Amino acid sequence: MVSVGQHENIEILSYSEVEEVGGYVGHFTVKVRKKARYVNADLCTGCGLCQEKCPAKKIPSEFNAGLGTRTAIYMPFAQAIPRVPVIDRDNCRYFQEGKCGVCAKLCPRGAVDFKQEDEIVELEVGTILVTTGFDLFDCSRVSQYGYGRYDNVLSSLQLERLVDASGPTRGRIVTKDGQEPKSIAIVHCVGSRDKNYNRHCSRICCMYSLKLAHLVKDNTDAEVYQFYIDMRTGGKGYEEFYERVQEEGVIFIRGRPAEIVPHDGQLVVKAEDANLGRLIHVPVDMVILSAGLEPRHDAEDVARVFGLSRSADGFFLEKHPKLGPVETASNGVFIAGACQSPKDIPDTVAQAGAAAAAAMAMMDKGRVTLEPSIADVKVKLCSGCGECVLACPYSALKLVDGHVEVEETACKGCGVCVGHCRSKAITVLHFTDEQLLAEMQGALHPLEMA
Amino acid sequence: MREPKIVAYACTYCSYPGADLAGISRIKYSPSVNIIRVLCSGRVSPELILHTFREGADGVLVLGCHFGDCHFISGNRRVATRIPVLRRILEFAGIEPERLRLEWVSASEGERFAQVVDEFAETIRQLPPIGEVLAA
Repeated sequence: MVSVGQHENIEILSYSEVEEVGGYVGHFTVKVRKKARYVNADLCTGCGLCQEKCPAKKIPSEFNAGLGTRTAIYMPFAQAIPRVPVIDRDNCRYFQEGKCGVCAKLCPRGAVDFKQEDEIVELEVGTILVTTGFDLFDCSRVSQYGYGRYDNVLSSLQLERLVDASGPTRGRIVTKDGQEPKSIAIVHCVGSRDKNYNRHCSRICCMYSLKLAHLVKDNTDAEVYQFYIDMRTGGKGYEEFYERVQEEGVIFIRGRPAEIVPHDGQLVVKAEDANLGRLIHVPVDMVILSAGLEPRHDAEDVARVFGLSRSADGFFLEKHPKLGPVETASNGVFIAGACQSPKDIPDTVAQAGAAAAAAMAMMDKGRVTLEPSIADVKVKLCSGCGECVLACPYSALKLVDGHVEVEETACKGCGVCVGHCRSKAITVLHFTDEQLLAEMQGALHPLEMA
Repeated sequence: MREPKIVAYACTYCSYPGADLAGISRIKYSPSVNIIRVLCSGRVSPELILHTFREGADGVLVLGCHFGDCHFISGNRRVATRIPVLRRILEFAGIEPERLRLEWVSASEGERFAQVVDEFAETIRQLPPIGEVLAA
């Protein structure tokens, strides 16, 4: 990330949102809202004095999945690029109560600026890559597992933070009362492969659950139970890792737990062991829920802004699963990573490389090949009512001098405009009314045609 | 029994491959249906449907992608708002609204395609030929 930040041809706009995308492949105009972080990025050196002295200290840290705390002026995580803190308005005493301003007084560079406002930046770009990632499934939705109700039911991301040497416990795996657990249950497929939440397999959970089991075995003497439906360890070296974790003594139980209940200061996992064919109760000190991956909560808005389609599971839809895995229905807009489907880091890196190469190849060529079937306007017939302009899902139509013009590179030829035109002025080449009528007549009167 | 004439407008990315799948899976379905490919179900204009009835189709089936699956983002939503209105116009003109139906068939639903077509053909068989209705 640091080398990306220092690259002369790469400009990072962090803490920003794309509001509008206009134009077409080769000539996109992108409107970006740079949100006010209330710290002047040009002056800030990232010394961190403001974070040390900020009096609002007890805010749950998003990066530590709620296990640690942060201040109101904070760096989202230690390696954040750029190295400039941001003020969280909702928790800042200056913004909420009108007094404090400790950070502004102490900053040696005078970089804190409470009056900073959102800034709109307009960019001219040739191609766009959408890599917006995923949301982690909210485990509290599966109420029978008690996430959020019982202290020692944690999500996989929370255990990930616990084992991190720079995390909230400095790498020690401990229960809420600070004791090292003697037994841990890892529950697979929470929010995945479940008709009630998401039908898709989140693909990475089997492997990260194995990794977490391995780390627990490495750091503690705890017994580890894995409750799984199927182990899906496809990938280079993955099956071998699965075998290694089995040899380390992790106990694998085939069966999705029905319920987790507290009992005698412990948690009891109630499940059916499908291999034994009977119900089992496993008492443990800590339960880890392997949360699945979901489309981001704002995927619908992002899809609308960039003209993307989404598949039934809500992830962005590629142009073709085999022939266009990084292209989208919008020419010049590419997708990569978990916004397209759940995937692990190697697959994400491979897909991102492919998407970047496809975008560069397109720009290097300097011209694009268009589909022949695109909308065509008979200017004499067009009344300029603008119905088609409103209907077009690709913003490929615009009103010019009282009639509609087609932006040929943006048009996909769907023909929605034709269905909306009252004066038959617009048609789609190769799917004109005459052609469809002839086809229909041929179908209805086969003998006469022969 | 008289075989009705049915025209089905199927979109390129969902319903037409769905019909293809029905074919390659060797699923039997009513021979009354004649499939015409359009890029998107949103392309099917009201005029085209009315023309189809005038040319002697006993029934018109419009087939598109399920909501959220449209290759062209929202074409299926457009046609979904159009068809109910058109059905009321047909009723007003003395044509049974059951003769026009909109259904969603995805590329993986070969069986559903056959089911939709068979059901629709059965409905149309219960109605008099379109020629009699138009002449009345």
